[in-house]
Amino acid sequence: MAAERQVTLEVFRFDPEVDKGPRYDSFTMNVKKGMTVMEGLLHILDVQDHSLALRFACREGVCGSCAMFINGSYRLACQTQLEDLKGRRVWVGPLPHMPVIRDLVVDMAPFFEKVGMVMPWLEALSAPSGKEHLQSPQQRSIINEAVDCILCGICHSSCPMTWTKKDYLGPAALTKAFRFVADSRDVAGANRLALVNSEDGVWRCRTVFNCVEACPKNINPTDAIESLRRMLVVGRRKSR
Amino acid sequence: MESHQVLIVGGGLAGLRAAIAVADAGRDVAVMSQVHPVRSHSVAAQGGINAPLGNAEGGQDDSWERHAYDTVKGSDFLADQDVVEVMAREAAEVIYELEGWGAPFSRTPEGRIAQRPFGGADFPRTCYAADKTGRLLMHTLYEQSLRRRIGLYPEWMVLSLVVEDGLCLGAVAYHMLTGELACLAAASVVFATGGYGQIYGRSTNSQFNTGSGMAQAYYTGVPLKDMEFVQFHPTTLMGSNILVTEAARGEGGYLINNKGERFMKDYVPKLMELGPRDIVARAIQTEINEGRCFDDGSVYLDLRHLGEKNIVERLPEMRSNCLHSLGIDPVKRPIPVQPGQHYSMGGIDCNVDGETVVKGFYAVGECACASVHGANRLGGNSLLDTVVFGRRVGRKIAQAETAKSSSPNGKALERAMGRVERRLKELFSGSGDEEPAQLRADLKDTMIEKCGIFRDGVVLKEALSKVTELQGRYKKLRAIRGGRKFNLDLTRAYELGGMLDLAEVIVRGALAREESRGAHYRMDFKARDDVRWLKHTMVQHALDGSHFSYKPVAVTRWKPEVRKY
Repeated sequence: MAAERQVTLEVFRFDPEVDKGPRYDSFTMNVKKGMTVMEGLLHILDVQDHSLALRFACREGVCGSCAMFINGSYRLACQTQLEDLKGRRVWVGPLPHMPVIRDLVVDMAPFFEKVGMVMPWLEALSAPSGKEHLQSPQQRSIINEAVDCILCGICHSSCPMTWTKKDYLGPAALTKAFRFVADSRDVAGANRLALVNSEDGVWRCRTVFNCVEACPKNINPTDAIESLRRMLVVGRRKSR
Repeated sequence: MESHQVLIVGGGLAGLRAAIAVADAGRDVAVMSQVHPVRSHSVAAQGGINAPLGNAEGGQDDSWERHAYDTVKGSDFLADQDVVEVMAREAAEVIYELEGWGAPFSRTPEGRIAQRPFGGADFPRTCYAADKTGRLLMHTLYEQSLRRRIGLYPEWMVLSLVVEDGLCLGAVAYHMLTGELACLAAASVVFATGGYGQIYGRSTNSQFNTGSGMAQAYYTGVPLKDMEFVQFHPTTLMGSNILVTEAARGEGGYLINNKGERFMKDYVPKLMELGPRDIVARAIQTEINEGRCFDDGSVYLDLRHLGEKNIVERLPEMRSNCLHSLGIDPVKRPIPVQPGQHYSMGGIDCNVDGETVVKGFYAVGECACASVHGANRLGGNSLLDTVVFGRRVGRKIAQAETAKSSSPNGKALERAMGRVERRLKELFSGSGDEEPAQLRADLKDTMIEKCGIFRDGVVLKEALSKVTELQGRYKKLRAIRGGRKFNLDLTRAYELGGMLDLAEVIVRGALAREESRGAHYRMDFKARDDVRWLKHTMVQHALDGSHFSYKPVAVTRWKPEVRKY
């Protein structure tokens, strides 16, 4: 059997109310097969430093709590195995460009505020049958990717436009807008399109594709934004 | 002091559905949740939600009566049949409501809500959105809560329910992001706080599912019901115990032992892999215990014959979990699985509208026990439970007189906050040397090893003495470190007390119940005993310990019969 590998996690530590500046603390541990960065951080919390602050919940990549910056990439800590990260040092930081509350915990409120600004809900007429609205598998497939968003904030954090323009809605909120505009059951597309038809809406995107590369659910927010733009330019029907 | 007419604690499906019902009745409501709602454990539900819509081939003859009967039979006749009837009757309506709110269900070729077969059900009754049903419903309800501008206190963790003289007054809560402790006045408080999976080793539950709501209700004198009934899901990924959805078997997956046999033929030959969860979990554990497992102690869930297209379309999340956690692609290789703790059938004793013995205090969802799941819950019924009873609780509160009045009893709340503050100070100034993480690890091992799928009087007594020992050691914790802000050391140490006390009532209940029923299986009492044990276990907290009593099961339409599949 191969000897257990040792890894050192370099973990970002900062409490803006107490510390003069951020620092990285080193924690060395043995890595078992299958062990994730999340498990490594929980090991630190349990055994090495009880004061570490981080968010964690489902450990299966669906709750969006543990979005972090790991070895220079945007990752969900629970979906990143230590074995797969080359090298003996693993750098773990909070989502960049978001206000740090403590250690790996950032303030997500501005992010959720943006999501709330695009009418992120279905507006539908009552189904004529009194049952469900009919929606074909083809119609459903248009929103397959967009409904997969777990609101982890990674795309928002990765987008250079959000770094400098705090009012930019950002890729997650715009993908949410697309998700409803493109839903065959929705009747409020025009209102929603009006909400995103602004300098800090769809037109702020510079198609840098950081969001596409970073999304842990393999969603393509740029494509969603481009679709919204097409609808605004040539009309919704023609753009389909 | 902040005050609301209605305070909902927990932002999962049950909590948000209740909040929406209260808001739609025009009342002031706020949701307080330890995590942001979209981080709730509801998002981990994969396979689907039951309703007799009859959309799938072979489902045309389904009816609410058949759904109710399957649920009662699945519960091993411990569910209250009047409550089950309500759930089955309202199922279709709440599904159509969710669909109308945007829930992106998968669709049949005709454009109807897609349904698949699930364990213990006579018809394909489980409505689904690929294998992401809980998550997509959760996002739908979150979106609807935004539409109604429902007030949200995200990352506020309730530490104490405040009750005086049988009246609910509000709650004391800790704001994770600032470290502030605050009391909130509310004449109506709903607990939708979820399960206690983290008491157990090998649990599918989220890290924050510690049962804190159940424990807080218990401490105020509200009885807990049927706590010994713990669901073990048949299939969790070997090692990480991440859930492998029942939909994998619903879509046609095989369970295989190390002889290459579909061993379910020896247990429930008619239903095979789609037996109810208690039976399939016991079957898998039997194969493992008797050595018909693979070297790592697993059995295989084989999906290869379903083909890549079906797996990618219908079970994408499951596939991604296998790839991420084990590096195994179920399109090409079988998945090593083992049973794991999954759900709490028991919980805070309440009626069909979530009312408890405390006026103004309600419970709903996994933390509640009305009871619809009895001794064993059917897959697809927990999501249904959250939305049917979430809606009912919300509507009930909206009509209640207590929701209208709001003259907060400030003094009582201040006293309660003082008690919590003292407790936190105690934790910070602990002079012992016990490590909370060690106690938690010991508790998890004890519960899964000694109060798990197969139980036995002698072993349960060992479990009880171990839990009692851990309770003693909990009084000698080392000092909690750090400041007040986002202090996980503090919150986890605080919650551990409740976890230990819940573990105690689970073990005591299991020890007392000298029969086998549903998920509670006693090696020393293998038969169900309706004469002595067709009754609910009730446990109440008192200064001198836990007090057990029993109450009858509501049997309306379906006489208890031998549960044969």
